Amino acid sequence: MTVAMRDTPVTPDVVAAHGLRPDEYDRIVELLGREPNFTELGVFSLMWSEHCGYKYSRAWLSELPSRGPQVVQGPGENAGAVDVGDGLAVVFKMESHNHPSAVEPYQGAATGVGGILRDVFTMGARPIAMLDSLRFGNLDDPHVRYLFRHVVRGVGDYGNCVGVPTVGGEVVFDDSYAGNPLVNAMCVGLLRHEDLMRATAAGPGNPVYVLGASTGRDGIHGASKLASTELSEDSAESRPTVQIGDPFTEKLLLEATLELIASGAAVGVQDMGAAGLTSSSSEMAARGRTGIEIDVARVPRREPGMTPYEVLLSESQERMLVVARPDQETALMAIAEKWDLPCTRVGVVTPDQEWRILEDGDEVCRIPVAALVDEVPRYAREVDAPQYLAEVHARMPGPAAVAAIDPLAAIETLLSAPTIACKRWVWEQYDHTVQTHTMLGPGRADAALLLLPGTRSAIALATDGNGRYTYCDPRRGGALAVVEAARNVSCVGARPLAVTDCLNFGNPEKDAVYFQFVEAVRGIAEACRALDAPVVSGNVSFYNESPAGAIHPTPTIGMVGLLEDRDERPRGEAAGGDAVVLVGANGSHLGAGCLLSEVLGLVAGRAPDVDLEAERRHAEIVRSLIREGLASVAHDIGDGGLAVAAAEVCFGLPSGLGIALDLPAGDDSPHGALFGEDGARYLLVVPAVSLVEVRERLAATGAPWRQAGRVTDDGRIGFGAVGSRERNELQRLWEEAIETRMENLEDQR
Amino acid sequence: MSPVPIGVVRFPGTNCDQDVFDAVAATAGAQPVWLWHKETGLRGVRGIVLAGGFSYGDYLRAGAIARFSPIMERVIAFAKSGGPVLGICNGFQILAEAGLLPGALMRNDRLTFVCRDQPLRVDSVRSPFTASFRPGEIVRFPIAHGEGNYVADDETLDRLETAGRVVFRYVDEDGRVTAAANPNGSARSIAGIASENGMVLGLMPHPDRAMSLLVGSEDGRGVFRGLMEAAA
Repeated sequence: MTVAMRDTPVTPDVVAAHGLRPDEYDRIVELLGREPNFTELGVFSLMWSEHCGYKYSRAWLSELPSRGPQVVQGPGENAGAVDVGDGLAVVFKMESHNHPSAVEPYQGAATGVGGILRDVFTMGARPIAMLDSLRFGNLDDPHVRYLFRHVVRGVGDYGNCVGVPTVGGEVVFDDSYAGNPLVNAMCVGLLRHEDLMRATAAGPGNPVYVLGASTGRDGIHGASKLASTELSEDSAESRPTVQIGDPFTEKLLLEATLELIASGAAVGVQDMGAAGLTSSSSEMAARGRTGIEIDVARVPRREPGMTPYEVLLSESQERMLVVARPDQETALMAIAEKWDLPCTRVGVVTPDQEWRILEDGDEVCRIPVAALVDEVPRYAREVDAPQYLAEVHARMPGPAAVAAIDPLAAIETLLSAPTIACKRWVWEQYDHTVQTHTMLGPGRADAALLLLPGTRSAIALATDGNGRYTYCDPRRGGALAVVEAARNVSCVGARPLAVTDCLNFGNPEKDAVYFQFVEAVRGIAEACRALDAPVVSGNVSFYNESPAGAIHPTPTIGMVGLLEDRDERPRGEAAGGDAVVLVGANGSHLGAGCLLSEVLGLVAGRAPDVDLEAERRHAEIVRSLIREGLASVAHDIGDGGLAVAAAEVCFGLPSGLGIALDLPAGDDSPHGALFGEDGARYLLVVPAVSLVEVRERLAATGAPWRQAGRVTDDGRIGFGAVGSRERNELQRLWEEAIETRMENLEDQR
Repeated sequence: MSPVPIGVVRFPGTNCDQDVFDAVAATAGAQPVWLWHKETGLRGVRGIVLAGGFSYGDYLRAGAIARFSPIMERVIAFAKSGGPVLGICNGFQILAEAGLLPGALMRNDRLTFVCRDQPLRVDSVRSPFTASFRPGEIVRFPIAHGEGNYVADDETLDRLETAGRVVFRYVDEDGRVTAAANPNGSARSIAGIASENGMVLGLMPHPDRAMSLLVGSEDGRGVFRGLMEAAA
C-alpha cells in the first residue's frame, strides 16, 4: 500500500482531485523545473489552499491597518501582540473551526480551542482568557440543538481542563447557519515583552524537534480539499477527518513550551496545526530565510505503515515544532521528560532555502521554501454588487406594516429570542473564574474585564459580528462589527487597543460571496483606522456553505481594550431615582434589525448607517463619564434597540428595581424609538446626585443626548406611553428562553 | 516567627496550582512551597493543599489515578499523622479516592460542568479550617466542576452530620438549603466535609478564587488562615 501510494502517477485527474487548477499545476512545474511527485503535489495542494495560503483573500487583507505604536507584533506570526504597559504585552488571535464542528461538533469545537491556545502559547504567552463566538441555526430544530449542545460542551471541556477561563463571546441563532454553524475561538495570552518568541527557523545547523503527541492519520483531509477516495481507497479503515483533542496533553504541552521558552533553549517554536508538519516547517523556514531538512521516519507515529504523504499532511493535535540551540539538547530533553512528553529530533535547519523531506535518508520531497510560502497564487478580481442586495433593500416593509406591530408583544418576543436571551446555559458550562483575574465575567457587562496581575490596569475583551447586517450591507456590516466591539469595550471604561478578525464567508469563487468579502474587509479597514484599532492577527474561513446555500457573511471581530486604572470601571450600583441617560440620537433605523427578523421573520432593508466620527466621540464621552464615577452602568444599544437595552440594564440592577423609559415626544409610531438599531448609542445609569454635572458635561460635548428615563423602586419596566411590564416577568422570559429549549429531555444523548 | 511552609501539590494536570500558591502567599504567616507529583518527600511542609484541576487528565474518574502517585503516598501518611490537608475541587476528589475522606464525587446530576458564584453556609466551625467563621455564616466561593455530586450511604451521612463534619453546604441567596440551590445533586447539599479529627478538609467550591473583592469575594481568606493556624 505504502509503495503504491508513493508511486501514484500525477495525472490531470489526480491534480484536480487535489483541488489545484491546471494553470496552478503548470506554475508548480515551472517553480520546480520538473513535474512534482505525488507527495510533493499533496504538499502544494495544502500550502496553496485558501486555508494555508489565503489565495483569494490575501490581496484584500493587506488593506487592513496593522500598524500603530501599541503594536508589538502584527500579522504573519502565530498571533498578534499589543503593548499594555508595565512591560507587558497581550498576545491574541481568533480562529474558526466551522467545518469540523459541523461534522463532529464536540471534537470540532474542542480542537478549535486547542489550536488557538497553541497559537498563543507558542509565542511565549501564558493563555489568560478564551472567548467564543458561536452561530447556529434555529434552536427549534433538534439537529441544531444537538450541534449547539455538543459545541458548547466541546469548548467547555477543553478550556476547563487546560485551566484557561472562558470569559466571554457571543451566541447567535439564525437560519442561515443551520447547515454550517460557526465556531470562532479567540485566545488571549500575557507575557513580558522580552519573552516574546517568534516562529522562526533561524541558524543553519540548529536541530529541529517534534515535541508532544505522536502523529496519526487523523485530520489528513483537514486543511485542503482532497477527494477522500484518493486517500482511503487503499486504507484498511477510514478515519474521521476531524482531529481528536486531548486537553490533558495540551496542558502538558503548554507548561513544557513556556518552560522551554523561558529556559532560552529554543530559537523558534510553531504549532503543528492546519497542514501539520508541512506548514509549520516551511513557514518557519520562510520566516528565517533558511531551509529545513526533516526525516519523516524519525517522527513518532501513532500507527504503523504511514507514508511520508500521511506524516506530512497529518493534523494530529497537541504537537509543536521546535528549533533549538545546538548546545541545549540536554535542557530541552529534561523539560520534555519533566512533563512526560515525547521529544524527538527530526531534522535540521539548512542554509540553502530548500524544504527537503527524507524518509530514512532517502529524499522524498525537495521544494524551494519560497515556492510553498511566497509563491502562493493570489486571486483578486473586481465584481459588481450582486443583485440580491437591491432586492433585500426593496423588501423593507412600509410604515403601516411596522406600525401594525404590537410593541409590548414585540418586546416579549425579542427578549425571549435565543439570540438576545440570557446565555447563562452556555457560560455556566465554561470555567470563567480559574486564574482568579476575572473582574467582570460572562453576563456581567458588555465586555469581559480582566485584572493584569501586578499592575493597576485591566484589559477588556469582546467579540462581535452581525451576519444579517453584513448580508444586507457588506461594507457597513464589516464596519459595524468593529464599532460594536469598540462600544462594548468602552462600556467597561476601556479604550480600544487592537483587534483580531475572523472572516467567515461562503465560496469566494462565487461573485456574490466575493463581493461580500471584499466590501466587508473595506468596512473593517475603515472602522479600524477611525478607531485607531489595528488588526494584528486573524483568520479567513471560506466555503461556509451547505446545500441550503451560503451563510450570512459574518466577519467576527475580537477586540482588546485597556483600562489603565482598574478602579475607573462602572460600579454597577443603582438606586431608585437614578437617571437613565441616552448618549446618541433617538432611534429610527429598523432596517436589517432584530424587530424585522425576530418578529416578522424578515431579512430586509439596509443595515444602520455608520458614522465613525460619532462612534469615536461618543465612546470617548462614555469612557470619561465612567472614569469620573458619573455613570454607574453603561450598556450599548444594539440588537432590539432601546427597549431591549433598557430591559437588559434593568435585569442587571439589584432585585426590586425597575426602569421607566420616556419616549421622545411627537412620534406617531414608537417603533423607531424603541427598536431602532442606529449606531453610536449608549444607555447609562447616572446616580441622582451626578445628574446636574452629567447634563452640563454632555451639553458641552455637542453630542446628541437626552434623559431617557429613571430607575424606579416599583419593579416594573415602563416603555413610555406604550405601557409597562413586571420586570420579573420579562426577566424570566429572557433568562429561561435557552434553558427551556435545551432541557428537552428527548435530545439528551 | 518564621513563616509556616505550606505545600502546594502539582500534578501535571493541576490547573489551580498558581491560584492556590497565590492564596497561600496572601495569607499572613504562611509560605507556599511547590510539591511536584513525582517527589517522594514533603520538603518539611507543615500543611498541604491539593489544588483543583484534572490531575492526570481524569479521563477515567476524577482523582482515580492521582491517588497512586509518589507524592500521594507521602500526603496520605502526613494526613494520618494528624497534619492539616486541604483538598479543593479535584483535590477533594483525590482525597475521597485516597480514602482520607468518606464518600465519592460523581458526575453532576445535570450532567454538565457548572461554573457560578455559589453561596455556602458554614455548618461546622469545629474544623480548624473554619475556626474563623461564625456558625451558620453565609459565604460566597466560586464553583467550577463537572463531578461534584457528593454521594455516601445514609449511615455515613448521618455520622458526618452528628459529628459536625459537614462543613459547607450549598444554599440559596437567603441561606436556605433548597434543591434549586444545589448545583450538582450532592446528598444533603453537602459542599465540603472534614475528617474525624477535623484536620483534613475537602470541598468542591474554590476558596482560592475568593481572595479579593476585585474578583467578587474575599470569603476564602478564612479557610487559608485556618490552614495556616492548624499548621503552625
